[in-house]
Amino acid sequence: MNSSLILSITTFVYGLSAFLYISSWIFHKDILGRFAFGAALAGVFGNLAGLGLRWAESYQMGIGHAPLSNLYESLVFFALSIAVLYLAVEKKYGHRAIGAFAMPLAFLAMAYASLSPNISDRIQPLLPALKSNWLIAHVITCFIGYAAFAVAFGLSLMFLIKNSKTGADGSLWSKIPEARILDELTHQMVMLGFLFLTAGIITGAVWANSAWGRYWGWDPKETWSLITWFIYATLLHVRLMRGWRGRRVALFAIVGFGAVLFTYFGVNLLPGLHSYGSQ
Amino acid sequence: MTKKNLSEFPLWKFLASIRLTIALLLLLAATSIIGTLIPQGGSPGDYVRQYGETAYRLLYAFDLTDMYRSWWFRTLIVLLTANIVVCTLKRFPGVWKMVFPGKKEAPSVRPGRNAQEFSDSRNPEELRAMYETSIRRQFRRHWVETNENGFRIVAEKGRWTRLGVTVVHLSVVILLAGALIGSLSGFDGYVNIAEGDSIDRIRLRNSNGVIPLGFEVRCEDFDVSFYDSGAPKEYRSRLQITENGQIVVQKDIIVNDPLRYKGINFFQSSYGSLPPKDLVLSFTRRDSGDAVRQKVSIGGQTDIAGTDLRFYLREVQSSYRLRGSDVGETAIGVLESPGGDPVEVILPMRFPTYDRMRKGEWIVAVEEHEHAYYTGLQVTRDPGVPLVYAGFILLILGCCVSFFMAHWKIAVEVMQSPGGSAVKVYGTSNRNPVGFEHRIQKIAAGLGGQK
Ligand code: HEM
Repeated sequence: MNSSLILSITTFVYGLSAFLYISSWIFHKDILGRFAFGAALAGVFGNLAGLGLRWAESYQMGIGHAPLSNLYESLVFFALSIAVLYLAVEKKYGHRAIGAFAMPLAFLAMAYASLSPNISDRIQPLLPALKSNWLIAHVITCFIGYAAFAVAFGLSLMFLIKNSKTGADGSLWSKIPEARILDELTHQMVMLGFLFLTAGIITGAVWANSAWGRYWGWDPKETWSLITWFIYATLLHVRLMRGWRGRRVALFAIVGFGAVLFTYFGVNLLPGLHSYGSQ
Repeated sequence: MTKKNLSEFPLWKFLASIRLTIALLLLLAATSIIGTLIPQGGSPGDYVRQYGETAYRLLYAFDLTDMYRSWWFRTLIVLLTANIVVCTLKRFPGVWKMVFPGKKEAPSVRPGRNAQEFSDSRNPEELRAMYETSIRRQFRRHWVETNENGFRIVAEKGRWTRLGVTVVHLSVVILLAGALIGSLSGFDGYVNIAEGDSIDRIRLRNSNGVIPLGFEVRCEDFDVSFYDSGAPKEYRSRLQITENGQIVVQKDIIVNDPLRYKGINFFQSSYGSLPPKDLVLSFTRRDSGDAVRQKVSIGGQTDIAGTDLRFYLREVQSSYRLRGSDVGETAIGVLESPGGDPVEVILPMRFPTYDRMRKGEWIVAVEEHEHAYYTGLQVTRDPGVPLVYAGFILLILGCCVSFFMAHWKIAVEVMQSPGGSAVKVYGTSNRNPVGFEHRIQKIAAGLGGQK
């Protein structure tokens, strides 16, 4: 048993969970929803075990470091954060239909990590600049933030679908929580995401200051995280001060998640330098 | 000038508006994107090559090649700062009054959509003590109002959390103030120090200025280690700071662990090897095999002891082409022997026996070539950092408070009714109405109204 195998199984389990959530929602079978919850929970344990074992394996290889140092590991942690966050939301608010929109994202993150030919799952030794506890804090905070934005994105999609289907055949859409709740939950997730993105940018700045002596250098990755931060700050203000609700907030959260994805994957396509995290 | 007058000035109104905030945040996001599409801080030549002459002139005219330092980008940031300050000044008195109302009466709470109602077979007098205990346990302050029909408990907590937003906004101002101080009185430079050498001045990165440090920095030793894969594992420089002839600090620095002295920080940032200053050569007589070793310095003529040879070591090139292929680092010199013409000798370090092929009377070979390394240090001074870090901490604390803590006011109304008591629980919260409704339901359930 090695970590790669456990993480591959986890990918499959997340996929199963997503499938069950969607089936439960479409076919109104509560029992499927309960299985979906069980699968998601099993996936989370597998995900944790996989990361933990990977950590131990890196020590056996003599290059021990926390499994948060490259694109593959960050995606695995991203998937874990989405799943845990979703389970917390389900536990607190009890709307299983949300799982049909959230768990597929956890599955996609894992599947992308495992299947993309551009992403190596080898355990690599750390380059000197990456040897910092701030790096660990940076990756954890950023990806919890991204996960919250991902869940907000799923909720916003639900909102838009629900909104466009009012009056139509009630059965499928009646399972989706009412608009007011979706809107509030989106807001909760955006706030959580904003807090963690803020913490992520800050820990990144502190890390940069300890490695290169400057906390901000306007390199494309830093700049894009700041752009994302501006977008969500705007969202918070229009909601709070201009009373935006519902549709417009949902669209905003979708655009915001686009910026998150660009910060994460797109920046490497830009002309420029930022090299770490791109392997 | 009183406050009232102030708020009527158009400029004040402009700066206090939330529309301005939204416009500025979106403009900052949009313009920042431009700066990631056009590489920043390149040389004019790079841009002309990539975009052409005319486009470069345009980019240059709008400062797009160094836009984060341009006047217009800075104007956006100054406007945002002014916007935050004015907004905060305008709203602060209201927030302060809410946090410290200065009166002891109960705040007003009216029933809304979250009201929970249930009945209890006991009458109000029997419920009162029990309810009060339960509410007191959950809320910081409470008041009890009685009337002829029953009583009402009003309770409140989290008034202070309304300061959270103020803290968030001030933290942004503090952070930007720190950044300003850094850009006005800090510097960002670099210096290369060869092993064994000392420096007392450094070069600035963005201009060609030179800054004296006021003390000396010596690099005693530099080491780089590699993983088996060939990837670098650690760069380590042993530095020593000398002031007025006294050694004051000594430290090994690695990436992520700089040396700090008098507000100036030295970061490990690069390294390189210096061409050797001298080599140890061997001179071997072809017929007898007798050999002599001798140190020769680059650029100098050396009489080789015990022979009648003279050797002029002209240079060491870091790469050298021999018959079309690169043989790497190579020493080139001239060998003079009495009675013979001077001959050029080529000594590729990688092929120590190469000179045999010259078929000369003497065979020259490089025996030792020790490279000195130099360490590349990033040298910075930024007196704004403490302020920036204070801003960071306040920003996170402020966000935690304003996102996840709330100011709650609730009321529990108990009225005499034919079957005992009619109980109604309701309240207001300044955020998360859905979560608060759950909370009200919980409180009601706790008082005996099963949901
Ligand atoms: C980078 C700049 C800014 C950031 C990061 C920021 C952040 C925030 C945050 C996190 C909140 C709390 C949201 C919540 O309670 O859910 C907030 C609320 C608010 N912001 Fe800002 N803000 C910024 C700029 C501004 C500016 C320039 C203004 C001036 C008009 C402003 C006015 C407000 C107001 C009035 C509130 C609501 C306060 C309340 O709930 O009573 N913000 N802001």
